Amino acid sequence: MIRKLSFAALAALGLGAAPALAAGGGEQHIEDFAFSFEGPFGTYDRMQLQRGLQVFTEVCSACHGMKHLYFRNLTDPGGPELPEDQVKAYAAMFQVPDDSDEAAPGDTREGKPADHFPENTALGAPDLSVMAKARAGFHGPYGLGINQIVKGMGGPEYIASLLTGYTGEEVEQAGTLLYENHTFPGGLISMAPPLYGDDVEYADGTEATIEQESKDVAAFLMWAAEPKMMARKQMGLTSVMLLTLLSVLLYLTNKRLWAPIKRKDA
Amino acid sequence: MSGIPHDHYEPKSGFEKWLHSRLPIVALAYDTIMIPTPKNLNWMWIWGIVLAFCLVLQIATGVVLVMHYTAHVDMAFSSVEHIMRNVNGGWAMRYLHSNGASLFFVAVYAHIFRGLYYGSYKAPREVTWIIGMLIYLAMMGTAFMGYVLPWGQMSFWGATVITGLFGAIPGIGESIQTWLLGGPAVGNATLNRFLSLHYLLPFVIAALVAVHIWAFHTTGNNNPTGVEVRRGSKAEAEKDTLPFWPYFVIKDFFALAVVLTVFFAIVGFMPNYLGHPDNYIPADPLATPAHIVPEWYFLPFYAILRAFTSEVWVVQIAGFLTGGIVTAKFFGVIAMFGSILAMVLVPWLDTSSVRSGRYRPVFKWWFWLLVVDFFALMWLGAMPAEEPYATFSLIATAYWFAYFFVILPLLGVMEKPLPQPATIEEDFDAHYPPKAGDKGAAGAPAE
Repeated sequence: MIRKLSFAALAALGLGAAPALAAGGGEQHIEDFAFSFEGPFGTYDRMQLQRGLQVFTEVCSACHGMKHLYFRNLTDPGGPELPEDQVKAYAAMFQVPDDSDEAAPGDTREGKPADHFPENTALGAPDLSVMAKARAGFHGPYGLGINQIVKGMGGPEYIASLLTGYTGEEVEQAGTLLYENHTFPGGLISMAPPLYGDDVEYADGTEATIEQESKDVAAFLMWAAEPKMMARKQMGLTSVMLLTLLSVLLYLTNKRLWAPIKRKDA
Repeated sequence: MSGIPHDHYEPKSGFEKWLHSRLPIVALAYDTIMIPTPKNLNWMWIWGIVLAFCLVLQIATGVVLVMHYTAHVDMAFSSVEHIMRNVNGGWAMRYLHSNGASLFFVAVYAHIFRGLYYGSYKAPREVTWIIGMLIYLAMMGTAFMGYVLPWGQMSFWGATVITGLFGAIPGIGESIQTWLLGGPAVGNATLNRFLSLHYLLPFVIAALVAVHIWAFHTTGNNNPTGVEVRRGSKAEAEKDTLPFWPYFVIKDFFALAVVLTVFFAIVGFMPNYLGHPDNYIPADPLATPAHIVPEWYFLPFYAILRAFTSEVWVVQIAGFLTGGIVTAKFFGVIAMFGSILAMVLVPWLDTSSVRSGRYRPVFKWWFWLLVVDFFALMWLGAMPAEEPYATFSLIATAYWFAYFFVILPLLGVMEKPLPQPATIEEDFDAHYPPKAGDKGAAGAPAE
C-alpha cells in the first residue's frame, strides 16, 4: 500500500517545477583539503590570501563578480593586508560607473578603494562574494552534518575540489558544451576548466600548480565571504572563557546558597 | 495573586505607601519574585529562564538589525551582507540573532517535553499549557518569517512551500494564499509584510509570556513529584517551598551561564552550522533548489506534512469519503496542524489521575519512545522524499498521533501507578536526609 513515493511528495506540495540542479549522476567527490583557518583557533594565511587574490584577479574576475567586497577591505587586519598604496593602484585597474556630477550615463572612471569589486561580466557566472558559504561540502541531504564539525565548514573544500575536479571529458548537450567534473552536482558543469597550472606567476615564488592555485583562491574566497572571521573567533574565545568563569562562580554561589537547605556543609 | 500562602509586600516609608495606594507595582514585583517555589525542582525546570533570555536577546539584536536591513527584493540580500561586512558588530548581531532562534527552539522543546513528562499540563494548569502552546505557535510563525527576510534561496522557496500549504485548503485556499502573500506569488509585498509581522509577533509573544507566568503563578509551579504544595497555612507551605529569590534565581542563572557557554561557542566558531548553505545564494524564482529543507526546528512537523502522499490508503479513503475534496496535500496540512493540536488537547487526552511520569511505570516507556519518535521525525524531515524514508515517516507520524489519541487515554485507565510521596517535603527529605537532631530546612522541624 505504501510504495515508492520519490517525487510524489514534492509534487504534492506544489513543487512540480523541475529542480535546477538534478541530483545524482555519479558520486560527488569533495577532497578534504587542509586550510589554515579551520578549527576554533585557525587564522587566515596572509600570503595565501594574497596569492588567492592574484588568481581571482587574473583568472576568475574575467567572468565572475564579487560585488559585496570593497577594495578597501584588502587592507583590513586579518585579511590579505595589502598596503594602502597598493590597494589604490589595484582599485585603479578597474573601471567603475562614474558617479560624479558631470558624468553622463555610461561614463566610467578608475576605481577607488571605497568602491566595491565589479559585478559579473559573463552571463551565468555567479557572484563569488559569499560563494564559500553558499557551498557546504560536507553536509546536505546525502551527507552527515557531523562531517561539518569534524572536517570544517566545507565551502572552501568544495571550491578547491571543483577547480581540481575536471576529468577532461566534454559533453555537448542541447548545443551547449559541458565539462565533466566529479565535484559538481550532476557531474557536468558549464564552466570551462579555468586553471591549467602556471596561470599566474606568484611573487613569493610558490609554484603555481593547479592544486596550489585552487587552494589559494578557495582560501581567498573564504575570506571574501567571511572577512570578520578572526574577530568572530576572538569574540567566541573571549565569551566562552568569561562565561565559563561566570558558570564556575555561579555554581559555587548556588552550592553555598543551597547547602543549608540540602543539609550539606557549605 | 498566588494561591500559596506567603509573605506579601508591606510599604514602609511614606513614599512607598504613597505609591502603593496609587499603583501597587512594587507589590507586584515583590510577589512575583518571592513566589513560593517547590524546593524539589530539578534541572529540567531551568528552561523557562533560558526562554525568557532568548526572547530578550532576539528582540534586542533584532531591533538593531532592522536599523540596517532593507525589506526589498532587490536589496534585502545585499543589506544583510552590508550588515555582515560594514556595520560595526553587525556580524555579531546577525549571528546571535540567527543562532538565537535555534537556542530558542532547543529551550522550548526541552520545556515542552519536561511538561509532557511531569504532567505539567494537567489540572489545574491547562490554561498555562494552552498559553504555552500559543507562544510556541507564535514562535514558529516568527521564526519562519524571519528566515524569509535574508531573501536567500531557502528563504524564498521555504516561503513558497509554506504559504502553499494554505493554498491546499479546498475551495478558498487559493484566495487565502494570495491574501497572505499580497500577490499571486512570493514577492516584494510578501517580504514587506513578513518583516512587519516578524517585528510585531515577538511583542505578542512577550504579552503571552506575561500571561503564561501569571497563570502558573496562580496555580503554583508543578514539580517532579506532581504532588501539590500544601496550602493549609504559611508554615505548612514553607515546608514544601522556597522563595524564588534567591534560591531559584541563582540556580537558573547558573544553568543559563552553562547554556550560554555552549551558545557562544557555536556563534563564535560555527555560526553557519545550523543554517542551510543555499541561503547564501540570492533568491531566484526561476531556480528551484534540489532539496527544499526547512530549519531544523521545523523538521519533525515537515516530516509529518510530507508523510501523507496520494498513495497512502488513509489518504485515499479520506479522498473517497469526501468526494475528492481532501487531497493528499490537504491531508498532509491537516496532519501537520493536527500533530500540534494533539499537544494542545493533551490535558484532556491524558486520563491518568497521577500527574508525574515518575510514578507511572508504563507511561515512562511510551514517553521516551515519543522523544525518540520526535528525533526520528526530525531526521526524516531532512531526508529526501523517497524510500525508505517515506515509510519510516509514516510509521513515526502514526506513533505521534497514537501517543496522544490512543496511548495516553488508555494508559490512564489501564496503568497501575506507583505510590507517590504524600508531600514535596517528603520527596526532598528522601534525597537530602535530615541529620539526627538537626533542624530541617527553612527552620522547619524534621519529622
